[in-house]
Amino acid sequence: MKRNLITKFITLALSTLLLTGSLAGCGTQTTNNEGQPEAPSVSYRTVDEIKESGKIVIGVFSDKAPFGYIDENGKYQGYDVYFAERIAKDLGVDIEYVSTDPASRVEYAATGKVDIILANFTVTEERAQQVDFALPYMKVKLGVVSPDNALITDIEQLNGKNLIVVKGTTAETYFTENYPEVNLQKYDEYADAYNALLDGRGDAFSTDNTEVLAWAISNPGFTVGIDALGNADTIAPAVQKGNSTLLEWLNDEIVSLGAEKFFHADYEETLAPVYGEAANPDSLVVEGGKVD
Amino acid sequence: MQDSGISVLFMGSNFLRLLEGLWVTVRISLISVILSIPLGILFGMFMTLKNPFSKVISRIYLEFIRIMPQLVLLFIAYFGVTRAFGWNLSAELSAVIVFTLWGTAEMGDLVRGALISIPKHQYDSAEALGMTKMQTFVYVVVPQTMRRLIPLTINLTTRMIKTTSLVVLIGITEVLKVGKQIIDANRFDYPTAALWVYGVVFLLYFLACWPISILAKRLEKRWR
Repeated sequence: MKRNLITKFITLALSTLLLTGSLAGCGTQTTNNEGQPEAPSVSYRTVDEIKESGKIVIGVFSDKAPFGYIDENGKYQGYDVYFAERIAKDLGVDIEYVSTDPASRVEYAATGKVDIILANFTVTEERAQQVDFALPYMKVKLGVVSPDNALITDIEQLNGKNLIVVKGTTAETYFTENYPEVNLQKYDEYADAYNALLDGRGDAFSTDNTEVLAWAISNPGFTVGIDALGNADTIAPAVQKGNSTLLEWLNDEIVSLGAEKFFHADYEETLAPVYGEAANPDSLVVEGGKVD
Repeated sequence: MQDSGISVLFMGSNFLRLLEGLWVTVRISLISVILSIPLGILFGMFMTLKNPFSKVISRIYLEFIRIMPQLVLLFIAYFGVTRAFGWNLSAELSAVIVFTLWGTAEMGDLVRGALISIPKHQYDSAEALGMTKMQTFVYVVVPQTMRRLIPLTINLTTRMIKTTSLVVLIGITEVLKVGKQIIDANRFDYPTAALWVYGVVFLLYFLACWPISILAKRLEKRWR
């Protein structure tokens, strides 16, 4: 019996070793890639190579309306997709979409399995170590939604009131740091938080403005009184680390598209039908890569 | 309101897309099962060898596959292999490899269990009847093992069909993902669509797994 246990432990230890070994293997590879291009990882495709092949591979969401989704005819649609179509058109190539999920976006760009990730990808320092971000084309701030009969339009109105937030979101940190006089009511899940607002347990709810704007549309009686609060998180296309030709091409593209207000047109086409009058396009859209 | 929810299923090519998604699910799991069963039988026999070296090897393999979540294995096969060796495997091939590795390990352990469950007196009796080792195996051990294996194999197969829903994370659009896409695309206009779409997805999974159960019942009856 005792011997049996010991062998079990040994096998367990061996397997764990194998596991960590393979995982660490992946990790070190990335750090190597940054400094030394000699790592045999699948190399990215330069702009010329993409043009030559006649096809660009772009990773988008397929179930995040209105940013990237599939319509009833099986076609990709949305704010990100609208931009992707334009990229392909300006490069003069066909487009191949790859459906990605939040958890796998970094890996797709980091391994070069897609040329560009255009999946509502928020720029963070952690991600920037794995992929190269181009200029932003959208920004997300905090929004505050409250019932119409006690609408909160100014942050001062929240003093001494109960504000609902979801744990671990930027809203929680932002209000804790900047407005300690606001009482925070914290919930684990979005569904609980929304229910608390509907029940009147809190006076208002704050999270990403895109999220509350879409929610307020489908819940009459509630309005987003404050639609741009706090520091803007930016959303940008990402390419594999070191793919400088494509990165530069994208940056030039975003700057030149700014001149024709392309992203405002994109907003009108894809986001306006969802957000309606409730949102101001300037609080979401970034033109020419310049965040003010 | 409920009428509008169900109508989502028949808009455009939605229903066809669900069926295509089901085909992807069934294709990946069936290929993996068809590969896993013979490999698993061989692996199970390998595990019963009384050789310390083969024991260590099979133990490490089995524990490794058992401890690792399938999701991690999928990521390693799809992204990890590309990072480490530069081989760009297609998503579907990676999925089949991972599910075959998993199926072989599980099937192997089932076969091992079935083999060692044959009581020793069966071997002794066969020897007393003057059967060779080969004859004992073919006429005594295999038929009894087979019968014990059927329900276990069916469990494994249906489990595999359901676990393939993980492959969305390496970009394969299978039936559940198609369902989510349809729900999400209609989330503003038809909030009740989710119930209908998930209901249909449930039905499709059932339709995929049920014939296998029927087949198993038939086989069990015939081999009784």
